[in-house]
Amino acid sequence: MWEYSEKVKEYFFNPKNSGLLESADGVGDVGAIACGDALRLMIKVDPATETITDARFQTFGCGSAIASSSALTEMIIGRTIEEAMGISNQDIADFLGGLPPEKMHCSVMGYEALRAAVANYRGETWIDDHEEGALVCKCFGIDEGMIERAVRMNGLTTLEQVTHYTKAMGSCGTCGEKVEEVLARVHREMVAEGTLDAAEAFDPAAARLPALRPKVAVSPLAPAASPAAKPALTSLQKIRLIEQAVEELRPYLQQDGGDCELVDVDGDAVMVKLSGACVGCQMASVTIRGVQERLIEKVGQPLRVIPVKAGH
Amino acid sequence: MKPVYLDNNATTRVDPQVVEAMLPFFTEQFGNASSMHGFGASVGAAIRKARQQVQELIGAEFDHEVVFTSGGTESDNTAILSALETQRGRDEIVTSAVEHPAVLSLCEHLEKTRGVRVHRIPVDAKGRLDIDAYRRALGPRTAIASVMWANNETGTIFPVETLAELAHDSGALFHTDAVQAVGKIAIDIKTSAIDLLSLSGHKLHAPKGIGALYVRRGVRLRPLIRGGHQERARRAGTENVPAIVGLGAAAELALRHLSEECGRVRALRDRLEAGLLERIDNAMVTGDPANRLPNTTNIAFEYIEGEAILLRLNREGIAASSGSACTSGSLEPSHVLRAMNVPYTAAHGATRFSFSRDNTEEDVERVLDVLPAIVRDLRSLSPFWQGNGGGQAGFQPTYA
Ligand SMILES: Cc1ncc(COP(=O)(O)O)c(C=O)c1O
Repeated sequence: MWEYSEKVKEYFFNPKNSGLLESADGVGDVGAIACGDALRLMIKVDPATETITDARFQTFGCGSAIASSSALTEMIIGRTIEEAMGISNQDIADFLGGLPPEKMHCSVMGYEALRAAVANYRGETWIDDHEEGALVCKCFGIDEGMIERAVRMNGLTTLEQVTHYTKAMGSCGTCGEKVEEVLARVHREMVAEGTLDAAEAFDPAAARLPALRPKVAVSPLAPAASPAAKPALTSLQKIRLIEQAVEELRPYLQQDGGDCELVDVDGDAVMVKLSGACVGCQMASVTIRGVQERLIEKVGQPLRVIPVKAGH
Repeated sequence: MKPVYLDNNATTRVDPQVVEAMLPFFTEQFGNASSMHGFGASVGAAIRKARQQVQELIGAEFDHEVVFTSGGTESDNTAILSALETQRGRDEIVTSAVEHPAVLSLCEHLEKTRGVRVHRIPVDAKGRLDIDAYRRALGPRTAIASVMWANNETGTIFPVETLAELAHDSGALFHTDAVQAVGKIAIDIKTSAIDLLSLSGHKLHAPKGIGALYVRRGVRLRPLIRGGHQERARRAGTENVPAIVGLGAAAELALRHLSEECGRVRALRDRLEAGLLERIDNAMVTGDPANRLPNTTNIAFEYIEGEAILLRLNREGIAASSGSACTSGSLEPSHVLRAMNVPYTAAHGATRFSFSRDNTEEDVERVLDVLPAIVRDLRSLSPFWQGNGGGQAGFQPTYA
């Protein structure tokens, strides 16, 4: 059981400002159901003073997610947008008397939702274009910008902290190197700006612990070197098997309101396009792993399933 | 208000009769069974009796097939590591994707450090093992197949007798983690082909830190723990006598209560399950309802999250557990729910209620009284819930 502060419990058991806000001026949606937490923040703004006159939330998630959302609404009501935007995720955590380190992502979710809601109020699009490479963690739909903001704002120095604050890398782990790159780049910039001591900057070489390696890059059913491996398939045979397996899976995904289409096969990389409900957070880790395991089982070889965007 | 404990798959209350049986072995009968004097002799007899009580519970042919260990985890580790050593020329393990970490973490470690090939056989949406895949994975290099008797999260029972025969067909040993099955369903190991079986005391009203490994006569065992000659040199270390006596007493009680488990306890579970499904829509039972432990139900409530449910239940004095991500400190639903491809709208809201003979009708009533309101309340907070029609419409995450 988590050690939650009294304040977290209070805001979880009796959340303030929950529910729909009729005719909201700005709505910010972050997270996804597949990721385990999601927050819709709705704000009402007095245009003359840019003051947030009301705020409501709806949250799918654990105790601290609900408490963080509710706390955020309490903190922003009556403030101007400018003041509200000055609230950091740490402020939300502090307001609640602290959060367990593993739960800090709940406060980050609130911080991000406020930005999304304000952008929506102003009629701006809020980073909704994941340019190639911008999306770092496909399992949880975490982009580079969010990681950078969390690192800068909270002075994060380790990969573990990045996971605690953003959830990035918290599932299949295959984005580990990408996260390392982002952390290293942001730290280089922070050192140059004088906001981080060079000695504290992240060093990918030193941080490379076995535990941070991809957890399931290759399926257990088909480890690399085995003397008793099946006879090699021709590429054509392999692609046929993959096609077959994907076809077999589709009805299954369709049941959940999603779908999956084979786009390309390149070596052991299988590109698939997910649509419908599967896109919840770009790639529900549940779905991608399921698909990957079925394919590997069918083909009897290591494969990596990579989600590609529609229109690829 | 009397607390309602429905988390018996996590651990059980030590039966007062078990405590009573144990007490003398902390006080008067403190001897070492190996000693050549009267203090040791009575203790040796007590251990022998406990061994027979466990033998009887699992239907073993000989009492010396029972080796006392520190619990389920040690038994699992001993069985698998031993097989890799005794099965010459065989270096592969066949297991399931839904085993307890006591098996899966060990396998992962062996894969990484010793290059052991591990086949993790998938399960279907009801958590049933893919027998064809199991059969295909077995081969001349399989040292051991290890499949749990019953799954701790869903209660799904695996056809271990058949699996054991299939393993033998390829010359492999068969081990089953029966930690959740022993004491809940009838087991008669002597009529099966199972070579090794793990059980744990604290799941059947004995203390924590005591368990046993059944080793069929004739099956070679390489001890995990070396030292003195206790347990016929198969598990060294001065015996934990009070705990062993406790496990024996608990085994005897479990056998006596077995029909109650399959009758009264099952009826309580069924009432809770039916009552919840009747009162709460968008809820689904995970696992295989047709082939399940009598004490377990795992219900996934759509559009809400498990930790939130547990915290609210806890405030009402009700203890249950969840396969949701947030409760474990990991960020994803449990490996069991993922292996079953439980729809992601529901996986995060999976809640397990596990009964024991300690539970009563009132316990069921209490949950039926409070849980529907908790679910309703949490759904009213959820952006995915759109009233009775179910959920999901309209939420537009900007990250996706
Ligand atoms: C299926 C299963 N195997 C093994 C264990 C571990 O047993 P122990 O806690 O006695 O080490 C447990 C319980 O935690 C279990 O449920």
